[in-house]
Amino acid sequence: MAKQLLINDLDKEGIATLAGYKAHGGYAALEKAVKMKPEEVVSEVQKSGLRGRGGAGFPTGMKWSFIAKPPGVPRYLVCNADESEPGTFKDRYLMQRKPHILIEGMIISSFALGANTSYIYIRGEMMYQFHILEKAIQEAYDAGYLGKNILGTGYDLDLYVHPGAGAYICGEETGLIESLEGKRGNPRIKPPFPAVKGVWQCPTVVNNVETLAAVVPIINMTGDEYAKIGIGRSTGTKLISASGHINKPGVYEIELGLPVEEFLYSDQYCGGIRNGKKLKAVVAGGSSVPILPGEKLLKTPKGEPRLMSYESLSEGGFGEGTMLGSGGFIVMDEDTSVVKNLWNFTRFYHHESCGQCSPCREGTGWMEKILHKFLDGHGTMADIDLLWDIQSKIDGRTICPLGDAASWPVASAIRHFRSEFEEYVKNGENMRDIQHYYRVNNLQPA
Amino acid sequence: MAEIKPIKFSDEALALSHKIMKRYPEGKQKSAILPVLHLAQAEFGGWLSAPVMDYVASLLSIQPVEVYEVASFYSMYNLKPVGKCVIEVCRTGPCWLMGAEDLVKFIEKKLNIKEGQTTADGMFTLKTVECLASCGTAPMMQIGETYHENLTFEKCSDILDNYKAKGENVSHWRKERITNHSDVKQ
Repeated sequence: MAKQLLINDLDKEGIATLAGYKAHGGYAALEKAVKMKPEEVVSEVQKSGLRGRGGAGFPTGMKWSFIAKPPGVPRYLVCNADESEPGTFKDRYLMQRKPHILIEGMIISSFALGANTSYIYIRGEMMYQFHILEKAIQEAYDAGYLGKNILGTGYDLDLYVHPGAGAYICGEETGLIESLEGKRGNPRIKPPFPAVKGVWQCPTVVNNVETLAAVVPIINMTGDEYAKIGIGRSTGTKLISASGHINKPGVYEIELGLPVEEFLYSDQYCGGIRNGKKLKAVVAGGSSVPILPGEKLLKTPKGEPRLMSYESLSEGGFGEGTMLGSGGFIVMDEDTSVVKNLWNFTRFYHHESCGQCSPCREGTGWMEKILHKFLDGHGTMADIDLLWDIQSKIDGRTICPLGDAASWPVASAIRHFRSEFEEYVKNGENMRDIQHYYRVNNLQPA
Repeated sequence: MAEIKPIKFSDEALALSHKIMKRYPEGKQKSAILPVLHLAQAEFGGWLSAPVMDYVASLLSIQPVEVYEVASFYSMYNLKPVGKCVIEVCRTGPCWLMGAEDLVKFIEKKLNIKEGQTTADGMFTLKTVECLASCGTAPMMQIGETYHENLTFEKCSDILDNYKAKGENVSHWRKERITNHSDVKQ
């Protein structure tokens, strides 16, 4: 059995309640942490090698160490529960089933950072989980884990849940901060970084749900022990959301370093491709990361088995590799049209662009239209190069990473599946996706 | 149209919105705009009219335009009247791989409306939305706060019949489920 630190005990009765969570070792880490100095807690997290689980993989301890501490200015911890990267559903899964692990992790992290007010920014669509968290927070207040003078230490913390209202861009940390301030979620130019000027211009740390939950086992087992799990600089366990054409979609907790092939084919995890089909391609870390053909996903350019880790998945750079990202593992079987899938993703980025930066606002729309053209049977060879040209002019030219996230799927689809685009061009009318054509032109099929 | 009533929260909703405002530091009550707009949408028939947005602005002591620009940015706010029950079908990536497009077509045919439209009896509005973080249980749709997952045409059909039989207003926000811990402050 693989090591589970976050989604263990889910089968235990009442694990979503404070009593059930405590019965299985819950809040022991908090009791331990408040006896430490805040900087000792930060140092444990640094030693653990924990990296941000929201997608960027930035070392959490280092992020915490950047927080500015001007006297008399409040500091804030904000949990990013705005899980909206297509293919990712681990945070929703965790918050619904084990809300107290997030709350405990937030109390410890707020204590380490010296924050007296913290917020969980949750997607507005997840109202069900919003209510679960509200209830769990109330339980924590009643038990003396939140509020004034927590566990007799003199440390005060208020924790609130804040609902978003449907915007992918609010998953970007400065977009999230703008949204928490009650504005449109337009990302800010950095610097200043949130650690210096974040919400209400005060020092702020924004961490993903899974990152904050992982602080609990780190304190329980010590940072050094946590760092022994995993492989190289990819320490610990990671929640992977597996979806698409597989036998067993769902959330799996893996020890980083698990071979991709084992994850995809063993019955303990995805259980192979459904309906006996062959693997065509995988988007390994949420819709924003480059798509890879099956064989390039399973083997690195050196011919070694690829592992589920930050380093191994990105081996070969963008030409031959991809990224672990948020762990949204989307599998496509041999019957999938990569071009149409790309159109779907590009429509998503066009819809979700906040509109601040011209390359992203205009470029995503142009790319969506060109992809329409392929699906309607009117694409040309020059359009493939045009698509390439547009994506290359978005990448790296926007305030926030949404522009990059929109361009990478396009670049990788053309890089690895150019022949499929050419097929759409050559076969014109025959390749035309009639269903798609009816839909976008608002026609009824005969 | 129903008779014109002055725009005002019920006492319960008003108390709740003040409670929400207290969750943010002094003078930063504008931060409460997203939750209060959800509340307003639940109070006033599932959508935000200009007078409702003006009312929210007055509650938060901000300019109406600050509310308009926010309400028009976020996809969960309906700026036009909607049916009692808004069906939100996820259309992105993994759901699309698992047949979301056919599901939308099925619902369109069953309810005899197009995406974005409301049925003549005012019961259902059909929307397609971007990824709802339910990719492992695709295809799926959200109605109110409930996720209906692993859908087949049959299952979807039964669910919609059920809502129709009940005929209730369904909204994302259910105010009775908010706890009181913000009172703990002070």
